[in-house]
Amino acid sequence: MSDLVKVTIDGITVEVEPGTTILNAARQIGGDIVPPAMCYYSKLKGSGGKCRTCIVKVSKGSEKDPRPMPKLVASCRTTVMDGMEVLNITSPEVLEARAGVVEILLINHPLDCPVCDQAGECDLQNLGYEHGLQKTRYEFERRTFDRIDIGDKIQLHMNRCILCYRCVFTADQITDKRVHGILNRGDHSEISTYIQAAVDNDFSGNVIDVCPVGALTDKTFRFKNRVWFTKPVDAHRNCSHEKCNGKVTLWYKGDDVLRVTARKDQFGEVEEFICNECRFDRKKTSDWTLEHPTHISDTSVISSNHYETFKPLPVIKENLALQEANQRELEKTFKI
Amino acid sequence: MGRKLLLEHINVPGINTLAVYREKGGYRAVEKALKTLTPDDVVEEVKKSGLRGRGGAGFPTGMKWSFLAKPEGVPRYLVCNGDESEPGTFKDRYLMTHIPHALIEGMIVSSYALGANTSYIYVRGEMMPQIRILERAIEEAKAAGWLGKNILGTGYDLELYVQPGGGAYICGEETALLESLEGKRGNPRIKPPFPAIAGLYGCPTVVNNVESIAAVVPIVNDGGDEYAKIGIGRSTGTKLISASGNLVKPGVYEIELGIPVEEFIYSDEYCGGIANGKRLKATVAGGSSVPILPANLTLKYANGEPRLMSYESLSEGGFATGTMLGSGGFIAFDEDQCIVRNTWNFSRFYHHESCGQCSPCREGTGWMEKILHKIEHGHGTMEDIDLLWDVQRKIEGNTICPLGDAAAWPVASAIRHFRDEFEWHVKEPMKSQSTNYGLANYANPIEKKPEEVKES
Repeated sequence: MSDLVKVTIDGITVEVEPGTTILNAARQIGGDIVPPAMCYYSKLKGSGGKCRTCIVKVSKGSEKDPRPMPKLVASCRTTVMDGMEVLNITSPEVLEARAGVVEILLINHPLDCPVCDQAGECDLQNLGYEHGLQKTRYEFERRTFDRIDIGDKIQLHMNRCILCYRCVFTADQITDKRVHGILNRGDHSEISTYIQAAVDNDFSGNVIDVCPVGALTDKTFRFKNRVWFTKPVDAHRNCSHEKCNGKVTLWYKGDDVLRVTARKDQFGEVEEFICNECRFDRKKTSDWTLEHPTHISDTSVISSNHYETFKPLPVIKENLALQEANQRELEKTFKI
Repeated sequence: MGRKLLLEHINVPGINTLAVYREKGGYRAVEKALKTLTPDDVVEEVKKSGLRGRGGAGFPTGMKWSFLAKPEGVPRYLVCNGDESEPGTFKDRYLMTHIPHALIEGMIVSSYALGANTSYIYVRGEMMPQIRILERAIEEAKAAGWLGKNILGTGYDLELYVQPGGGAYICGEETALLESLEGKRGNPRIKPPFPAIAGLYGCPTVVNNVESIAAVVPIVNDGGDEYAKIGIGRSTGTKLISASGNLVKPGVYEIELGIPVEEFIYSDEYCGGIANGKRLKATVAGGSSVPILPANLTLKYANGEPRLMSYESLSEGGFATGTMLGSGGFIAFDEDQCIVRNTWNFSRFYHHESCGQCSPCREGTGWMEKILHKIEHGHGTMEDIDLLWDVQRKIEGNTICPLGDAAAWPVASAIRHFRDEFEWHVKEPMKSQSTNYGLANYANPIEKKPEEVKES
């Protein structure tokens, strides 16, 4: 075990392992100073560095070499040095540059949030709310692609894609074989499959979870409901797939499970990848052992219509554990 | 006459063959290096020579070589970057077409210095004739024992391969080049790690421009100190300049660094002045990526002293009043050229060549191109000029590789120095379609402070 290094982000000092990136150091601190990440995914090797939303200013390189870094750096791919000082939300320069990146990401985005299944849990939407302009300065025709069917379970809307490459890394690292990738270059780049082959693999559904926008959506959930009307409950089952441990989040509307996703942590990243059987084929409450309501951050639109209410879901009414959890959450809410 | 080191024998018939090249003193450097010098000696000579990378960034080659990690049991690679695709630059193509053996000789000496036993020449995919020329030259050299196992009985082995590139500008970026060489999509890697630590196939790698590698030959022949005597200050040696545009004699010239820009443009030894008796309006001094300068700032600094062809002198004044030597693609514009149209053309190129990996460059280059297209065709507004400035600022410095900067700088400098012309396009939309803004005051001697120049 090597010595910890000290890094100060927006005036908050934290000690981390050497080799940690600035982004992960900021995540250890948590809160508002965590830079947003659209392309970086801690579970996927090699991801990050592409979307440039996580850029920060390094005002002091390290204890040994205190010079500031000349450019803003991508915090997800820059490792910390001992004594490094980083400015994120305290630097107007960073906020301006980030707003610029968000604007640039949005110029060719269709902004079809009203009909997009990702709305409510979309990283780009959140960023747009935080940094976006009221009105676009882009007055030209937006780039469009045809919608592509990649298999019977996954829908690809290339117009919405921000080319984070997460789904490419997922297919490389989680599934047995990658059959999709990036075609063309520049702003004509697109995610596609080899001559529209179907993405068909036991773990292919995970590309839906890692997609930060609505480019890859679940066909079995398509247009069923808005995510903020559904109520997430953590559950598990004894999955027979060797690589899947069956820990999921079920999204309820009334009595029905509308969709199944992997569990996500506070940074929106999947905790453990799940297999397609759990995701697409097990949509009955009887398939699952329910654990507790999923914790949703107060800042998320999903929490605005959450299960912590006086009128619990039918599924909660029957389960003692869920009732208790609901009671606890309710008390917490009252305290606030 | 300036001294010629690389192009000394360029006009000798048959110099592209091994026999003639050898007759003119070729492969002396290989004999000298392999038989009398240790690899470290060669690196030391290159360091002493002060040779700076000829591909654009101007990083000292000797220092780059000394950064190469040398772990035990791991192969090291030398890769020659022949993916020359910068608009306005064509010196490497000239060199490879006419004296391929100069490059191969340089590759052998450089590989020896770095301890590489396998080296690659990555040539732009569009340059098929040059690829064939190089392959033929390698065959010749191999048959004569200059390549392969146990070269000259010294026990040093070297295999040299030519790799046709993917036909993309971005593959000239060194890490994208390595990705492409590995057979992957040519996306630049995120640095660090630098190629000197983990490059080709994860092994320590040096990537050098064609001209840098060819320049190692005279350095080894005459010694680094001798080479350093040519040139001025930290810009040592000779440099190939690809001169194009409205010149009497466009072409590839070898200059001693440090000659005045005025001499380069107007003397009969070099470009011979502006064609058709017209006047110079602007220049791009180092390939399309570097800032464009109006004629007055090209020839003289803001304080009135003459500007020289050297790394330092061209960048004198920073981006406010200076530019860069870059890769030596010298483009001259006469009074009939439209700067807005030219900037649009450059932007179109960067839009087309952006790899699409990181967002500011992927989306921003297209946006800039569209705004410039609009202004050029007489539909622009004053706000568009400010918007353009804002967009280029959002791209610059926020991308993985320098292509974003390269796309932003020409736009920024065109607005900085030629704002009048942009505004004229907005104010006179009909007139701008049929006539040109002309020379205006871009060649007037500079009297004011640099800050005021852009507003004058």
